[in-house]
Amino acid sequence: METTEKKKKEYQQAVKVLSPNSHIIKNCIWAFFSGGTICLIGHILRKIFESFNYSEDKTALLVNLILIGSSALLTGLGLYSKMGKKCGAGTVVPITGFANSMVSPSIEYKTQGFIFGLGAKMFTVAGPVLVYGITASVVVGIVHYFIAG
Amino acid sequence: MYKRIGRHTVKIENPVYIVSAASYAGKKEGEGPLGKYFDFVAEDIMLGEKSWEKAESMFFKKAFKTAMQKAGKTFDDIDYLLAGDLLNQCGGSTFGLRDFKIPYFGIYGACSTFGEAISLGSMLIDGGFGKNILCGAGSHFCSAEKQFRSPLELGTQRPPTSTWTVTGSGAVVLSSEGSGPKVTYITTGKIIDMGIKDSGNMGAAMAGAACDVIEAHFNETGRNPDYYDVIATGDLGDVGKALVKKYAGEAGIIFNNNLTDCGIEIFDNETQDTHCGGSGCACSAVTFSGYFYKKLLKKDIKNILLIPTGALMNTDISQQGETIPAIAHAVAIEMG
Repeated sequence: METTEKKKKEYQQAVKVLSPNSHIIKNCIWAFFSGGTICLIGHILRKIFESFNYSEDKTALLVNLILIGSSALLTGLGLYSKMGKKCGAGTVVPITGFANSMVSPSIEYKTQGFIFGLGAKMFTVAGPVLVYGITASVVVGIVHYFIAG
Repeated sequence: MYKRIGRHTVKIENPVYIVSAASYAGKKEGEGPLGKYFDFVAEDIMLGEKSWEKAESMFFKKAFKTAMQKAGKTFDDIDYLLAGDLLNQCGGSTFGLRDFKIPYFGIYGACSTFGEAISLGSMLIDGGFGKNILCGAGSHFCSAEKQFRSPLELGTQRPPTSTWTVTGSGAVVLSSEGSGPKVTYITTGKIIDMGIKDSGNMGAAMAGAACDVIEAHFNETGRNPDYYDVIATGDLGDVGKALVKKYAGEAGIIFNNNLTDCGIEIFDNETQDTHCGGSGCACSAVTFSGYFYKKLLKKDIKNILLIPTGALMNTDISQQGETIPAIAHAVAIEMG
């Protein structure tokens, strides 16, 4: 097998042609409706809590708690990954996906102890989201401080 | 006597018999098309252990011990033990085989390890360095995913080009005396990197190495593909197999219907949701030890060119932007 740069380029082109593609349209439809359903559940919960005259802060807290708790439970029961296989971005993007990304490595690494296993590895997937999410919020806060005063 | 017949190939002149083979496979593998050929199918892929890594080690222990017992040998009869796996520092094999007390060479060729083990074992016997050699390889879907990819319960989608790491272990006893299929030629592959970066398309990363070793084997032995009843690559899957057909064809090597891939044989991709097929060290190890070895003994096939393939990927170096180097080793195995 030749390994010249020209041959490699041609080979990579052949790989693209011979590799099956993801079903983008089907995946988008699943993501739209599943993600939408999770958000709808969140909204229904919000309306329920509002009907009990809970404060805005308390309502937001309770809605997030229930969604995160349910996602963690479903992850532990091995159901979230099954949903994720169908729903793709629909179950990754909402807050439930964030909970799943913390619980799933925790399950695997608990065999290595609570400190260096579970504690250290819990953030392997969610870590970058936290780092750049918090950094972005600080940047936006500074911009807001100077623009909106 | 110089046994080297080409840049890559050696001829095994003193007989090396594969006197026994054992295959331990996981539940999913047991449900696949080759399920009935395996010596043991684990209902619980933990094998009663507390972690996936320990379960992988247990697969090694059981498969290797069974191969030895089937050959009627004891630990003291075995001169060398050759084994390897995918886990860091070859943890699957070393922890599984640490009680054997047999002189041991730990080897790593990623998913080509089974081919590497048989190659080196046969050379040791042919060179007169040992009479009985126990060799094999294994892998575990869960421990491999944990080390190389993402958590199992993470709700993401596997790409359509991905393959499914086979859970299990396959082992053989090579011996200078006895009966069974003989190892006749060994063609050792070079490291080939075709510039593929996608770790979700390992078949593409490895097909170049497979083509290279196939070309070398046929050029140096003077044989042609029709000589073999079966030419089986290790774990290229659908994409890799298509690439081998294309590029070997361009080099003038045309297969009749004898080209297959252990990764394609072991799973039914449609019903088992394994996308492009099976992969991992265990893929060629259990497929050969369970399926092809039995076909050779029954004389359903008279010979096979087994070509385990491996992606020599390192997750840290891959994240630094490197492409994936690959390797393949061809072993000609023939009934007398």
